Amino acid sequence: MGLPFLGGIIIALATTIMLFFNGRITGISGILGNSLSKPTSEKRWQYSFLIGLIIGGAILLQLSPQLFQFEINFSYQEAIIAGLLVGFGTRLGSGCTSGHGVCGLPRLSVRSLVATLTFMGAGIITVLIRSFS
Amino acid sequence: MSNIISLLSGIIFAIGLGISGMVNPQKVIGFLDLFGNWDYALAFVMGGAVVFNLITFKFIIKKNKPVFASELKLPTSNLIDKKLILGSIMFGAGWGIIGMCPGPAIVNLVLLDSVVITFVLSMTGGMLVHKLISK
Repeated sequence: MGLPFLGGIIIALATTIMLFFNGRITGISGILGNSLSKPTSEKRWQYSFLIGLIIGGAILLQLSPQLFQFEINFSYQEAIIAGLLVGFGTRLGSGCTSGHGVCGLPRLSVRSLVATLTFMGAGIITVLIRSFS
Repeated sequence: MSNIISLLSGIIFAIGLGISGMVNPQKVIGFLDLFGNWDYALAFVMGGAVVFNLITFKFIIKKNKPVFASELKLPTSNLIDKKLILGSIMFGAGWGIIGMCPGPAIVNLVLLDSVVITFVLSMTGGMLVHKLISK
């Protein structure tokens, strides 16, 4: 289990800090989606979080570049189609891996459990279908 | 102060995503390849996160008073409807194609890779399309 488990704990720590201090659920698709409309002071926490993700990524890339030793071997067509599906789908379904998974499952939300099983199932089927082509 | 907390939460979240391996699309696709060459390692990411939050969220929700806000803002809907299912299917399909969900995609922007940037722009576009048609 090693690093994935440790990483999961650190991710959960980030969402626990957010809920404990700010009273907010850390749903990344919701945060990104809401930050896209007209800027208001109410949305500062959302911009701050998104900037934090980038800063965290930059720090990690400097300190542990080996964590980013992988190929991004996808076509632009795949990136565009997947992007539209992920963007539209997470908003229609009110959440992604963070909101429904990391934050929804521990709240024992049946809605989040159904969403998590559905997107994981859809991901598994998509990978299966693509393995034939 | 709450904005500094959000910034800090984002930084920690990104570090967790990096350490866990969730930023690696090949690893994610390997995890979703249940009927092929299944790499189960990433199951421990969600496992660890859910166990941790089961304990902390219970305490925080019981306390019911965040430090820098007047109240907890928790989702109130219990609705299991077509939107939830169809949206989750679309998200899962996109995730299966590219191996990145929204968080890892944003973190991977630091790689300055043109395909990652294209994906994030397209994802943002998908969110805007949803916003337009749901008005």
